[in-house]
Amino acid sequence: MQADIFAKKQRNTLVFLVLLGSVTFLAMIMTDYNAVKGITSVPKAVQWGLANFYPTAESLEKLPAILEKLQETLLVSIAATTVAAVFALLFAILGSNTTRVNAFFGAITRGIAAVFRNIDVAAWALILLFSFGQSSLTGYFALFFGSFGFLTRAFTETIDEVSGGSVEALKATGAGYFSIIFQSVIPSCISPLISWILFMIETNIRSATLIGLLTGSGIGFTFNLYYKSLNYDIASLVVVVIIAAILCIEYVSNYVRRVIL
Amino acid sequence: MEVKGQLNNVSAPAEHLLEERIKIKPANKAAIVIGLTLTVLSLLTVYAFYSFDYKEFDMTEALIATFANLKVIFLEPHLEHFSFGHALYQVLVTLGLAFLTTLFGAVVAVFFGLLAAENLSSKRVSMIIKGMVAFIRAVPTVLWVLIFAVAAGLGSTAAVIGMTFHSIGYLIKAYSESFEELDRGVIEALQASGANWWQIVFQAVIPSSITYMISWTFLRFEINFAVAVAMGAAAGAGGIGYDMFMASSFYLDMREIGAITYFILAVAIILELFAIRIKNKLKAA
Repeated sequence: MQADIFAKKQRNTLVFLVLLGSVTFLAMIMTDYNAVKGITSVPKAVQWGLANFYPTAESLEKLPAILEKLQETLLVSIAATTVAAVFALLFAILGSNTTRVNAFFGAITRGIAAVFRNIDVAAWALILLFSFGQSSLTGYFALFFGSFGFLTRAFTETIDEVSGGSVEALKATGAGYFSIIFQSVIPSCISPLISWILFMIETNIRSATLIGLLTGSGIGFTFNLYYKSLNYDIASLVVVVIIAAILCIEYVSNYVRRVIL
Repeated sequence: MEVKGQLNNVSAPAEHLLEERIKIKPANKAAIVIGLTLTVLSLLTVYAFYSFDYKEFDMTEALIATFANLKVIFLEPHLEHFSFGHALYQVLVTLGLAFLTTLFGAVVAVFFGLLAAENLSSKRVSMIIKGMVAFIRAVPTVLWVLIFAVAAGLGSTAAVIGMTFHSIGYLIKAYSESFEELDRGVIEALQASGANWWQIVFQAVIPSSITYMISWTFLRFEINFAVAVAMGAAAGAGGIGYDMFMASSFYLDMREIGAITYFILAVAIILELFAIRIKNKLKAA
């Protein structure tokens, strides 16, 4: 009996590994991925990076222009997140199981959020490129839609988790809907909500670089410009600036999280 | 030490009560930081709207045009430049990219995650790896892909390697955190019985955190699908993202964008439903 269990376990593992291997093989063929080239390209990239990909003294002249673009990108990311958070809070309150007005509204708000969330920001950027062209507004709205969908899901789960008991208690005392929301739900959820907003800002700054590449605005465009014209020293300066900005923001938001959670 | 801290906490409110009334709105550090964060964020938002380059276009006009476009995109989807079968195949290619990056990322991340967990390796090694992870994660995925593209040529190979890099960073963080949650006593008990490091890892650490690892890995797979779409568009990785980029930037065909968007949406929603099912199953087990 004991031996049977182990034999079965071993067989299951074997089947799993074979399956995994064949799916991997299939995926490699379909995507045209070259394993040898992939592995050898890592040391090659490191070698190349050490030889070419660092900022030189000349490239520092471009620093003010790069910082200006960085500021634009940061502002777009923050503005998109905060405005999306306001809408997301509204939708989350309507969509959460504990605070929704009725089941019908709850399902509809969740559905809308699911659509916005599951279309990636890059896809939103390509869709919005038609109306707003190559400006920071394209990036703004793309980030706004993506953040709205994601934050609605995060907020809904937070409200479900945190405020079940207190809502019931306040309902029992006869409190009205709005006093329940403003006196219990929002105060008890505010710390995790801020934590999610900060997380979203971090994510959005990374996505903003990608969107900038696609839509021709912000720091992503600056990188692309120097990268495509083979000015690798300036391109690397852009990367350094982005890394510094993201690490700074992560530091600040980790501090805020430590204090409020 | 923990007990002492708790004792202090117990006695603190009692003294507090004797001295003054309970404050209904305590102005503690957390409340101040929350207020400050919200104020700074709102001010930055206002400033951002003020500083946007609107390029002199009429906002209302642009918004109306956007709604008209969205209506065309979502209500009149139509494939123009390729067939339904081709689109389906491209979706599979994108899924393949996501699968490869997640798999490679997971394999590498298990190893480094073990080294990054403080309870399984030394503090110094853990610090070094965590520092590297922070660095890897700070560089946006698309930049990793483009940097590798110089060495490997623009295409799916560079995309897979670049995306794998970011997945490794993400999964090392997730794995090491779940390894660190393991009870110290378990490791000590195994060490006392003479088990070596590998035995501890395979008999205690991985079995106890496998559920977390699976759900984190699947979450990364979901993210990687979205990233693979984006890399197809921005870095020539192929797949449905590339078709979308062509439809948007070259053919300017909104109906085709609509059709492609529906493909992406369908896959993403299926993946999300799958993730929820996995999560619930793991919770029940």
